[in-house]
Amino acid sequence: MGRAMARRRFLALGGGLALTGGLSACASPVVSGLTGAQPNTADVLFWNLFTGGDGANMVLMEDAFRKAHPGVSLEATILSWGNPYYTKLALATASGTPPDVGIAHLSRLPLLAASGLLEPVADTGVTELGVTPDRFTPAAWRKATVDGTVYAVPLDTHPFVLFYDVDLARKAGLLNAAGDGLKPMSGKEAFLDALKAMKDAGAQYGAVMSITADPSTAWRCFSMVYSGLAGPVVSDSGTRVTIDDAAMEESFAFLRSLTSGGLMPGSLTGAGANALFSTGKAGFLFDGEWQIPAYRLVKGFHFNVVPFPALLGPKPVAYADSHALVVPRNSGRSAGRTHNAALLIKSLLDDSAVWAQGGHVPAWLPTQRSRAFLDQSPQRNYVQAAFSAVYDPVAWYTGAGSDFQNTVGATIIEVLAGRLTPKGGVAAMRADLKRYTTARPPVTMKEGATR
Amino acid sequence: MTTVASTRPASTPSRPAALDHRTPSSERRAGLLLSAPFVLVYLVFVIGPLLIGVVVSLFNTTTVKSGLGEWVGLSNYTKVCADPLFWQAMWHSVLFTLFTTPPLVVLALVFAVLAARIRRGRVFYRIAFFAPYVVPSSVVALIFLWIYTPQVGLAPKFFHAVGLPVPDFIGSTSGGWTAVVLMTLWWTFGFNFVLYTAAIQDVPSDVYEAAAIDGAGPWQQIRFITVPLLGRTTSLVLILQILASLKVFDQIYLLLGGGPDQSTRPVIEYIYDTGFTSYRGGYGAAATLIYFAVIVAISAVWYGLRRWRATRAAA
Repeated sequence: MGRAMARRRFLALGGGLALTGGLSACASPVVSGLTGAQPNTADVLFWNLFTGGDGANMVLMEDAFRKAHPGVSLEATILSWGNPYYTKLALATASGTPPDVGIAHLSRLPLLAASGLLEPVADTGVTELGVTPDRFTPAAWRKATVDGTVYAVPLDTHPFVLFYDVDLARKAGLLNAAGDGLKPMSGKEAFLDALKAMKDAGAQYGAVMSITADPSTAWRCFSMVYSGLAGPVVSDSGTRVTIDDAAMEESFAFLRSLTSGGLMPGSLTGAGANALFSTGKAGFLFDGEWQIPAYRLVKGFHFNVVPFPALLGPKPVAYADSHALVVPRNSGRSAGRTHNAALLIKSLLDDSAVWAQGGHVPAWLPTQRSRAFLDQSPQRNYVQAAFSAVYDPVAWYTGAGSDFQNTVGATIIEVLAGRLTPKGGVAAMRADLKRYTTARPPVTMKEGATR
Repeated sequence: MTTVASTRPASTPSRPAALDHRTPSSERRAGLLLSAPFVLVYLVFVIGPLLIGVVVSLFNTTTVKSGLGEWVGLSNYTKVCADPLFWQAMWHSVLFTLFTTPPLVVLALVFAVLAARIRRGRVFYRIAFFAPYVVPSSVVALIFLWIYTPQVGLAPKFFHAVGLPVPDFIGSTSGGWTAVVLMTLWWTFGFNFVLYTAAIQDVPSDVYEAAAIDGAGPWQQIRFITVPLLGRTTSLVLILQILASLKVFDQIYLLLGGGPDQSTRPVIEYIYDTGFTSYRGGYGAAATLIYFAVIVAISAVWYGLRRWRATRAAA
């Protein structure tokens, strides 16, 4: 009996030892997983969603931070873009294990802020490092403000812009005297004439855009046209449909006039648009500036990028979004970690001329006005677009890559392809939006914002 | 593995015998203790979450804030039922089941019978057919994504080489269904194959001997002995396959993302999208429970049919 007990105790002891040994061997992940604490694998944890060219630029900026702050270890994690990223960021923060700094699109900010997931920028200590409102593009800073509190530090503005083929534009007589831009134009007639001139100059199409299975691009283009005439399509934090029927019908009719007259194909994939534009078969390309690096790779192809002119309204409008830096809320974060987070944010801002290589307009004015950025062409051409930027309407469901963009984008694609009339498009859009405005919001925007 | 037990009729008569004379209490306690680890895990990870799900579905709970949120009664359920996208997603799950169940059952049977009749290298074929099943879905999806990729993938190149029109595997609805069904066939067919292989080994060899003496050829042996004797296994494989196919999520999510334009999105992805991506936990829970009720109903109908057939056969 006594021997049996002794053996059992020995085994228990051994098991316990083995367990503690195992735990201490891989201490941080296992223990932090069991206790639900933030993994303490580096002095500052940074999450982003950048791959490709943007990803490479971000790595350069991270390396610059490591060089400038040799005592602070930085761990950067890249997660897949869009919904998966935001799901992870929100759930990690809600469960108390967020990164110290994360990237967020400003269009996605309202819900994150209203859920109380973000630290107000004033509490992160970046203000002391010189990050103040007057040193940012006003439109971006406004969008980073939710109900009076600033929750994000804008890194850039990335507008929807007008690419043009320089050789075709010269033939079509659209270039200005200096040859570094287009002759000023304004209004839809002038714009249609420019597309026709491109076609007459030998292009197969006046313009191309990625349409098929690309609802986000369709929404960006539509949003830009419509915003020239009317306000946001939903208001009151996304609980009320506020469509201006006449303005929307006019916008749809204008877009449809591009595709019905043969100036622009009504259905074309992203790869198709790329192929047509880069081989001189299309005069203009409607797309985001982030496509610039892709076209740079095409040998012997001369293109330039400018902001869209005023189309239906009196003033030019640019549809845009911004990448911003946020500090997810974590009650257990030490003051030292918060300071490291602030240092990283400041360093990324100071280095945003590198970021601009990807086509983006730095939101940090010291960089935006620096030689390092102003020497970058065509990026310097469309800085104005960052100032006339219109973002997604404020709601819990809007933002980059959201279901909302997919849904309304699908309707816009139907209109562009001619399967829906402009009038039918307005009705379909109203039905799309009703789906979201009548759904019960997961968080009350006002309540969360005032906390 | 379960099949081996269920195909043996011996287990059924033992049940009334156990009921007749009561088991001693010490033995019952031992039984309880021995099953305790499983019961505990079952309570914590199945019954517990289910009950939490029921509670959460009655509130406007969100995944980004702690607490239940406000009480909304049954309105989550009425909203799910009124959402056409939910029923579309339900239909996609059913469609996937219709596409995959027949080939997965028939092909598994055919190949199990063929593999059992092979003289040499039987073990090799069994392992070769079962091996894909143990590969994680993410790896399978990655491999097939490369195979299906336009321009550079193996499948488009093959179609191009033989001069056939190249289907758009990832970008179109019909291509997407083809892609995901073919991938599922290759990936999960091994499980049914193993169930059938085990059942075939349970068929006594004297039956074949007797048939051979009566002059039955191989095809007649398969048709009149193997297939009928596998009847119970077939009904088990069928229901397991239907339930597994209705639960489809990872292949479609990883390969197609539910696209193009949500035209292949299965109901579990709808639940994921609303409950996690849109942070509407309560709504997602309500959708889950409606889907759960459907699955339970299908299982119950199947169970009832089997019992009805069994009693009719016994009478």
